[in-house]
Amino acid sequence: MVVSGLLPDNIAHFARALRRAGLPVGPAAVVDAVRAVEAGGIGSKDDLYWTLHAVFVKRHDHTAVFHEAFHLFFRKRDLIEKMLQILSPVVEGAQKEKEKPKAGASRVSDAFFNQPEQKRDDDVVPEIEVDARFTMSSKDMLRTKDFAQMSALEIAEAKRRIAALSLPVDKIKTRRFSPSHRPHRLDFRRTLQSSLRSGGDLLLPQFVAPKEVPPPIVALCDISGSMSQYSRIFLHFLHALTEKNRRVHTFLFGTRLTNVTRQLRMKDPDEALDGVSDAVLDWSGGTRIASTVREFNRLWSRRVLGQGAVVLLITDGLERDGTTDLAYEMDRLHRSCRHLLWLNPLLRYEGFQARASGIRVMLDHVDDFRAIHSIDAMADLCSVLSEPRQSRHDPKKWLVAA
Amino acid sequence: MAQNIPKDIDETLALLNGADYVADRALATVLFLSLKLKRPLFLEGEAGVGKTEIAKVLAATLDRPLIRLQCYEGLDVSSAVYEWNYARQMTEIRLSEASGAADKQALSEDIYSADFLIERPILSAMRGVNGRSPVLLIDELDRADEAFEAYLLEVLADNQVTIPEIGTIRADEPPIVIITTNRTREIHDALKRRCLYHWVDYPSADVELEILKRKVPGAGERLTSEIVAFVQKLREGELFKNPGVAETLDWATALSELDQMALDPEMVSDTLGVLLKYQDDIQQVQGGDTAKLVEEARALARAG
Repeated sequence: MVVSGLLPDNIAHFARALRRAGLPVGPAAVVDAVRAVEAGGIGSKDDLYWTLHAVFVKRHDHTAVFHEAFHLFFRKRDLIEKMLQILSPVVEGAQKEKEKPKAGASRVSDAFFNQPEQKRDDDVVPEIEVDARFTMSSKDMLRTKDFAQMSALEIAEAKRRIAALSLPVDKIKTRRFSPSHRPHRLDFRRTLQSSLRSGGDLLLPQFVAPKEVPPPIVALCDISGSMSQYSRIFLHFLHALTEKNRRVHTFLFGTRLTNVTRQLRMKDPDEALDGVSDAVLDWSGGTRIASTVREFNRLWSRRVLGQGAVVLLITDGLERDGTTDLAYEMDRLHRSCRHLLWLNPLLRYEGFQARASGIRVMLDHVDDFRAIHSIDAMADLCSVLSEPRQSRHDPKKWLVAA
Repeated sequence: MAQNIPKDIDETLALLNGADYVADRALATVLFLSLKLKRPLFLEGEAGVGKTEIAKVLAATLDRPLIRLQCYEGLDVSSAVYEWNYARQMTEIRLSEASGAADKQALSEDIYSADFLIERPILSAMRGVNGRSPVLLIDELDRADEAFEAYLLEVLADNQVTIPEIGTIRADEPPIVIITTNRTREIHDALKRRCLYHWVDYPSADVELEILKRKVPGAGERLTSEIVAFVQKLREGELFKNPGVAETLDWATALSELDQMALDPEMVSDTLGVLLKYQDDIQQVQGGDTAKLVEEARALARAG
């Protein structure tokens, strides 16, 4: 069956709308889609839906966006309805009524009507008066200075320093082999190849050894009011890590969990951080550690914690809700990853004691406990990640001391 | 003679149905497209929803050989695609030395000929089995590492394998490729782009009932519908790992082996281990009111 009429055109328009809604739909996919529709056997709207779905959707989470877009696009577009949609901030789903706008609805409506939702003003780094003394001895001062007390200028400098940090070099062994001079295991293929190069007269052994790769890093950053400044800076650190081709998964949590891994992959740090701000709705709000860790455990832990991942948990641990759930979820998280590191800016205080119940509960389930308030602390983190396991200090000592 | 591929979606549905694989129309559509357009099918979904089974059913109904590549960490070219027979190559070199053959160029061409090549699953899928193009099942791709994924790109896009010493081996008739993943990590977009994607979800109550009736005919009608209602109810809750169809089937088999005619709260809590595989989940269900859950499932089963 050759599709005639407007369908190919419509598919192209539909693909363009999907692209604006954020789905990675390339020109090749459009050609595929037209071909798939031509393949025939499409009897109903449902068939068309699943045919286009098969071609355009490559991730489970894109289904929601696709669904909205499809029903919006392939229905009789009534002028009045359209006008109403442009006027109302969020497009209602085509079939079911729901009190809540469905996931993807606002992105799709943006794509169709080019009327972006009102963006909240990005928080600007708070300008803090700085003593004149500090400007004198800038370099050393900056190294140990608390991020929360830095001026905008100092923050900019700090960001540059973070990009220049020597990053951790931790490695785990994989089951894959790579060429090596160490006589670990004979590599027949290369041995023969090199032998033939000399005409087959000499047979010099070539070796392989287990390949070592840096393990993936999964960062869970608290962005509640008290933590947002630290997390914001820490994102620069994570961006630097992502840049070095490390597998880094970044999640932000306040009252809900947001995955910002994709946004952090953008090359330019400011662009990446802008992307993150757009994706997150709960900057500087409250925090619910237990419920967000629970969400992470349920929805993400099995997807990102494979291959010996190291988890960096960045929070002050001041949980307002009860701590029974927190203990349970922290335990689960601890058992699902290879290494769980807790970074807490409260540690900057000389006389820090693990008194708060949330902190005590969480300390039971982490492998290491470090400060994260200054560039020095970050450099310290790099060395902690690089050094062998034995020399790390035990977080339980905080429990005893308090 | 391999059976022809189905002509439309209804025929695909009938084909699966005939082999006792109960599928919804969405799956039949994407499967039909993948057969028609000769594109690999990328199936993602939780463990135990019947992803691997699709490949097996396809191979059986289309009468094609099934080649299965189970992925694991460290899977490399020499165990997935091809390997040279080094022992034979070495012998060949020694023999040619002994016989005094001087042509070194000829020697290197000799020992890198097809005779010395050992086929592994992907290469044999490209070459076909007894002249028939097979169904290639690449199972649990998320367990292999990224490097292997990159290797698959050539295979999936152009149905060919490049061996540096010989050249490119191209499939005369592209195999039907089915890739499954449990999503323990994200597969790169470049690979997904070359495939048709489908998320295999837990089945609806109707579909699950149909599956159970076909696969566990020994279980009574009442028991079957109560089991389905109970499992569907569990999936609504917030378990760490929801039971898949495979677990439902195991449970139904277990209960019918125990001569149960209907769900009984005590028996349910004794056999939960068949259905749930995490201690926390079992505790959560047992800690809740099992009797009430069973009662609800019964009411649902009666209504549906």
